[in-house]
Amino acid sequence: MFAYYLDLALRSLKRNKVLTALMVLAIAVGIGASMTTLTVVHLLSGDPIPGKSGVLFFPQVDPENPARADHTEPYPAMDYRSATDLWNAHRADRQALVTSSPVKVRAPETGRPPLILSMLSTTADFFPMFEVPFQYGSGWSAQDDASHARVAVISADLNAKLFGGANSVGRSLRVRDTDVRIVGVLKPWRPTPLFYDPWSQNFSKTEDVFAPFASSMEINEGNFQAYTCWHVPDDTHHLQNSDCVWVWLWVELDSPAKANSYARFVTDYAEQQKAMGRFAIGKEHVRVRDVMTMLTARGMVPDDVRLQAWLASAFLAICLFNAVGLLLAKFLRRSGEIGVRRALGASRRAIFSQCLVEAGVIGLLGGFFGWLLTLTGLWLVRQQPVDYAHLAHVDTVMFLTTFVTAVATSLLAGLIPALRASRVVPAWQLKAL
Amino acid sequence: MQIRPILAALRRHRLATLLIAMEVALACAVLCNACFLVAQRWKLIQTQSGVDENSLAVLTVNGFEPTQAADVNARMLAGLRAIPGMQAVTLISQVPFGPQAGAAGISRDADSFKNTIGIVDFVLAEPGTFQVLGLKLVEGRMPQADDYRPATNFAPMDAQVLVSRALAEHAWPGESPIGKEFWCDKLHFRVMGVVDHFARAHPREWGAQAAEWTVFTPTLPGGSLAGTYLLRASPADLPRVLRTARDAVAKIAPDVVLDQENSQTITDLRTDYFKSDRIMIDLLIGVIVTMLGVTALGIVGLASFWVQQRRRQIGVRRALGATRGDILRYFQTENFLIVTGGILLGMLLAFALNLALMTHYELPRLPLYYLPIGALVLWGLGQLAVLGPALRAAAVPPVVATRSV
Repeated sequence: MFAYYLDLALRSLKRNKVLTALMVLAIAVGIGASMTTLTVVHLLSGDPIPGKSGVLFFPQVDPENPARADHTEPYPAMDYRSATDLWNAHRADRQALVTSSPVKVRAPETGRPPLILSMLSTTADFFPMFEVPFQYGSGWSAQDDASHARVAVISADLNAKLFGGANSVGRSLRVRDTDVRIVGVLKPWRPTPLFYDPWSQNFSKTEDVFAPFASSMEINEGNFQAYTCWHVPDDTHHLQNSDCVWVWLWVELDSPAKANSYARFVTDYAEQQKAMGRFAIGKEHVRVRDVMTMLTARGMVPDDVRLQAWLASAFLAICLFNAVGLLLAKFLRRSGEIGVRRALGASRRAIFSQCLVEAGVIGLLGGFFGWLLTLTGLWLVRQQPVDYAHLAHVDTVMFLTTFVTAVATSLLAGLIPALRASRVVPAWQLKAL
Repeated sequence: MQIRPILAALRRHRLATLLIAMEVALACAVLCNACFLVAQRWKLIQTQSGVDENSLAVLTVNGFEPTQAADVNARMLAGLRAIPGMQAVTLISQVPFGPQAGAAGISRDADSFKNTIGIVDFVLAEPGTFQVLGLKLVEGRMPQADDYRPATNFAPMDAQVLVSRALAEHAWPGESPIGKEFWCDKLHFRVMGVVDHFARAHPREWGAQAAEWTVFTPTLPGGSLAGTYLLRASPADLPRVLRTARDAVAKIAPDVVLDQENSQTITDLRTDYFKSDRIMIDLLIGVIVTMLGVTALGIVGLASFWVQQRRRQIGVRRALGATRGDILRYFQTENFLIVTGGILLGMLLAFALNLALMTHYELPRLPLYYLPIGALVLWGLGQLAVLGPALRAAAVPPVVATRSV
C-alpha cells in the first residue's frame, strides 16, 4: 500500500510543479536557516575537554577589599597571593597556576625578525591535567618549577614558523632577554572554547609559548597585565603585591568526595583570610566550578549567535505555518477525488495515510534541500571574520538532527491537513461532481 | 462593501483563516523586532568618534623595555615625521576603535568606592595631539604647555583634563563641569574643558550611553606614553603614507616589533570594529525579505485555492449582477480582514518577543511607532499577494454558474 501511496504522492506533486517547488523551497529555507544557526550554537556550546570536564575545577575567591556594593560575584581570576597560597597547599590531585602575557620572542639561530607572542605561564601539572598532546619531547617537571628552570614548550604553529616543523627539542629560544631551552613541542591543539584562560577570547587560538610560572615571572617581569584592580597599583607592571587579580588556578579532583573536601578547603581559606582582614567577603564568594558550569556562568555562545538562533526558530515557525496552509489547500483541492475514493470503500485511515505520505515526500525533499542550504550556510559562516569561523562544520549529530527535523516538520505540517482531508464527507463531494 | 457575508464565509474556513492569520502575526512580530534590531545596529555603526577619521591613522610598535621608551619615541617620531606627505605625528595612548589602553572607575569623592561616576577611558596624549585629532572644544580651555604631566601609572597622579560632553552630562548633570574634580583611587583630576564628541576605544562594549565616556589627559611623553603614534596626512595621501610608515619601522627602530593588526587608518579600524554589526544587519535584512516572501507565498496559495473552490459561487454572483469590481473587492476585503486579525495578534507577539529579547540582551523597549509601520507593510503585502488570485476570480465568467463543473 505504501508503494502505491508513494506513487500517488509523486503523481500529485508532479501535477502542480510550481506549487510543489514553492512548498519544498519554503521548508528548505526554514530548515536551512534554523539548522545553520543551531549547528553554530551546538558547536559553540560544546565540551572543550570531553571525558575530563567533570573532574577539572576552577576555584574562585574574592580578594576585593573593601568590596563595592555592586560586587555580587567574585572575579574570574585571583590575586597572586591567594592563587599561590592555594597552589602551594597541594590539596588537589593536580593543580596548575595559569596566567598569560605578551612577550618578545626570537630564535637567534634562524635569523628571523622578532615576534610578539602570547606566553602562558603555568606549572608542570598543566600538561597532564588538560591532556595536552605532544609531538616532540614533553612538559617540564615539578622540579623545573621549583628551580625556576629556563625551559619552554612551544606550539605546533610556532614550531612550524621558526623551525619548519622539525624536532626542535633542545634548541634555544630567546624569550625577551633570556635564553630558554625548548623541552617540548605540542601537536596542533585547540580546545574550543579556550576554557582554561578566562581572559582570552572564547574561540581564540592557544598561546604559542608555555613556560614555568616562576621562571616566567622573572623573565617577563613588568609585562604582566591585571585582569582588573580595586586599588590603583603603585607600579602597574609589578603585580605580585598589588590589589589586582591576574592569576587563575585550576585543580583536578578525581572524585566527588575530593571535590567536596576541596571546596571546604577553599572556603576555610577564604574565611581565614577574612578573619585576618585581608578579604572583605569570605565564604559567600567562594566558587569551585567544574569546566562546563564555569563556562555556562561565563557565557560561551556570543549574543549575536543566540540572537540568530532565535530569529531562525521564529522563521522556521513561519515556514511551518506556511507549509500547513499550502498542504491544506492542496489536499482539500482534491476533495472530489477523495470523496470518490471514500465512496468506493477507502477508509478514513487510508486517506489519512495517503496524505501523510505525500506530506512526508515534501518533507524529505525539503530536508534534502534544507541540508544543502545548511551546508551553504555553514560555508558562509566560515567565510565570516569571526573567531569561531573554523568551527562551522556539520557533525554527525547535527546531520541527523537536520534530517529528522525536516521530516518531523513536514509530517507535523501534514498532520492537520491530512486529518481534515480524511474527514471529507463523500456524499457532498459526489453531489458536487 | 458588506463585511458580514465575508465573515460568514470565513467561518466556514476557520482552519485556513487561522493559519494565514498566525503566519501574518508571526511575520509582524519578527518584522517589527528585526527592523528595530537593524535600526539599533545602524545607530551603533554611526557612532561619532569626534576625530578627523579620514585624515588619521595609528601605528603601534612594542617589544621594547621601559628604559628604551624615550629613545624609541625620539627615533620613531623623527623617522615618521620625515616621511613625505606626513602632516603630523604625535604620541597617544589609544584611538577610537583601536585597542583599549586604560579604562578605570572614577568617583566624585576621594574615596573611590563612594559616589562613583562610572568606568571611563583615559586617553593620554602629548602636546599637539589635541589639534591633530581635530577634537572640538565646546567649553573651557585648551591644554597649555604646563598642563602636561609625566605618567608612570595609567594616568598622571594629578592632572587637568578635558572630558567629552557625554561624560560631563552624566557626571554633573545640569552643572558646568569646568573646575569639577574627580578621583580614581589616589589619582586626582580636575576638568578644564569639554569636547563635543570623543569615542572611547571600544564604544559598543559599553553601551550607547557610555560610548563616549572619555577623558583626554594631557601627558608628557615617556613612561606609559610610548609606542603608539597618531599619524595625520591628507585623506588622499593617507593610505600611501601609512604604508611607507609601516615599512619604515624596520629601518627606524630595528629592535621593535610592528603591531601589524593595530597599525591602520582609523577608517579601517572602524570598519573592522563594526564588522559583526554589518554582518548582522545584512542577515536581518535577508531574514526580513525571505520571511515576507514566504508569507506572501502562503497567502497566494490559499487565496488561489479559495478562488478555485468558489468558482461556481462567483459565477452565480456574477450572473446575479455583481460586477468584476465587486468580486475583486470581495477577495481584497477578505484578505484585509484576515491580515488585520493577524496584525492585532502580531502586535502582542511583537511586544512579547521584544520583552524576551530585552531580558537576554541589552536592548531598549520597542518604540510604538514600529507597530503601525509593520502593520502597513503587512497590509500592503497581503493586498499585493491576493491581487493575482483576486483578478483571476474577477475574470470568472457568469456562464460558469450554469455549468456543473
